[in-house]
Amino acid sequence: MAALRILAQLLLYLPLMALIGVFSTWPRFAVIAPDQALVRISLIHAAERKQECRKRSPEELAKLPPNMRAALDCPRERAPLTVELEIDGRVVLSRTVPPAGLRRDGAASLYYRLPIAAGRHRVVARLRDRAAGPFNYRREATLELAPGGALLIDFLAAKGGFDFRSS
Amino acid sequence: MAAGNAIDRAFVAAERGLDAPFGAHANPLRNLGTLAFFLFWVLAATGIYLFVYFDTSVEGAYASIEALTTKQWWLGGVVRSVHRYAADAFVAATLLHLAREWAAGRYRRFRAFSWISGVPLLWLMYASGIVGYWLVWDARAQISALATAEWFDATGLTAEPMARNFLGAESVGDRLFSLFVFLHIGLPLALLAGMWIHVQRIGQPRTVAPRALVAAALAMLLVVALLHPASSQPPWDPLRLPATIELDWFVLFMHPLMAATSPAALWLLVGGATLLLVALPSLSPGSKPVPAVVDLANCNGCARCTVDCPYQAVLLIPAPNVRSGRQVEIMPERCAACGLCAGACPSSTPFRSTGLLAAGIDMPDADVQQQRLRLEAALARIAPAAAGRIIVFACAEAANAATLEDARTAVLDMRCIGMLPPSFIEYALRAGADGALLVACREGECVYRLGAELTAQRLAGERQPILRKSVPRERLRMAALAAGEEADLVAARDALRGALEALGPAPRPRPKRDAAAAGRARSHA
Repeated sequence: MAALRILAQLLLYLPLMALIGVFSTWPRFAVIAPDQALVRISLIHAAERKQECRKRSPEELAKLPPNMRAALDCPRERAPLTVELEIDGRVVLSRTVPPAGLRRDGAASLYYRLPIAAGRHRVVARLRDRAAGPFNYRREATLELAPGGALLIDFLAAKGGFDFRSS
Repeated sequence: MAAGNAIDRAFVAAERGLDAPFGAHANPLRNLGTLAFFLFWVLAATGIYLFVYFDTSVEGAYASIEALTTKQWWLGGVVRSVHRYAADAFVAATLLHLAREWAAGRYRRFRAFSWISGVPLLWLMYASGIVGYWLVWDARAQISALATAEWFDATGLTAEPMARNFLGAESVGDRLFSLFVFLHIGLPLALLAGMWIHVQRIGQPRTVAPRALVAAALAMLLVVALLHPASSQPPWDPLRLPATIELDWFVLFMHPLMAATSPAALWLLVGGATLLLVALPSLSPGSKPVPAVVDLANCNGCARCTVDCPYQAVLLIPAPNVRSGRQVEIMPERCAACGLCAGACPSSTPFRSTGLLAAGIDMPDADVQQQRLRLEAALARIAPAAAGRIIVFACAEAANAATLEDARTAVLDMRCIGMLPPSFIEYALRAGADGALLVACREGECVYRLGAELTAQRLAGERQPILRKSVPRERLRMAALAAGEEADLVAARDALRGALEALGPAPRPRPKRDAAAAGRARSHA
């Protein structure tokens, strides 16, 4: 009887073992389709101030307490970032990102991912970090993206603008 | 509610089905909580071993795990696999435990604390598991870390996108990796603390799994580890994504779910489920039980009720003005009104000669005085019978004992068999019954957790208040049967009756005070 119970227990534990063993790895998860590559754009950038600094007049300075008589009046608010991503002539991302912070004086950040068909693509990235005018940063490249490959687009103003990295 | 009932019936059927091969004591389905505790300790032990060999740097993490898996496969590889599968089993046992408690309605009123305190444990469990996968720093870690970061970024509360931390090789530093290690230690510690809190409103909580179950679970983990060793995916590479990865669906299922929907949809689902679970006790509160009451004039502060309460509803508090220096206090919102405290009270005895019986702690709607009156009325019903008179003390939640009523059988039902002070059995045998049948819930199914177990211990003399040794045990039977098993109950009653008929009428010793009075009368004469 005891042997029968142990046998029954073993038989009942088998499906549990199978369940744990199987679902710990299966079914496989397809992150992107087999014929696709992934484009990720991620940037953090503090845009220019929304308004230019203005020189205070002597009258204005006189009205201020002595310890606050700065010659220039520079509003803290920064301009929003406008970012565009164009792939093969089609704009796939066009976003205006506000600066962070209650006074809108922080850096603006953006993260966006987009699976695209693997292959050769002409990629253009544009950014405007001032209140008005045309895009003041632009980079374009023709890239060969393999299936499962990735294109990382970062923005580093100190290094001249957009940085494309791909496999 | 109907779905809950159907799932409860399915659980009950499965539990009873597994009782045959495993026994109720070691039945995995009846030990889901204790099993989760055991698996946690397996995770802790195997995790400590893995940490010894783990290189906590971006460059070395993957290689150190690969080395452990391949060069020391016979120990390090097995330990790694057991760690993985114990995590999966922990998730499975926890979710089943949650489903079981919900289906049985064990989340209302006096159970609400345990239920609500269990909800954050789900978050901690998944967080611990997900961060654990990041430590391998392979393609699975990359996808999981990025997906988790994207999920949090979707809240808009992060100052800058967390996902940026995982994009380029230069953005992942050893300090970030140290944070992962800290999280994979800190989160399970928080989980353990939460598990401790989770059982704080449970009297005599079972956190240690039965040995048979421990052995079986360990053997099961080892077999899976040997047959299907855990392995890493290709190393983490920000510029390369494998078309598919092996995914642990127990721990990482949220990533495919988010990929199929959106981060916002996943937040809605997870947040909604969390809120629903937390609100469930309020949404479906159930009927309010009438809590036990304390009569300080009859309480000697012995604390038996405090120890026996299944839901920590009876507290022992200092009382400088009482001789024992302490007294009991009821927490009404925690009281299940099961009466186990009344069954434990030494003053809850029908033998007292005071005009109106009163116990130190009792149920206001079924106190010791009412119980003795009911018992005497029941005994009066079977008094005309010549032999084989049986008094049945029946738990209202167990098999329906009303079907046993006949000229020689009287049934005294109570909320839980643990409510029965053993002295009532002795009283019944002295006052006209030839035998007593105690009907309890089926093993492992006591609605108030401890009723059948404490009663069995009291009858065996292992727990106060004990059934005195002088009470003939051959006239006593205990049947642990659930609703639907009434035929077995009739068979148990008939078997007892057969034994009683063979034994003859119960000896009825005269009460001591009668004997003393008779002795005094003799001396006067």
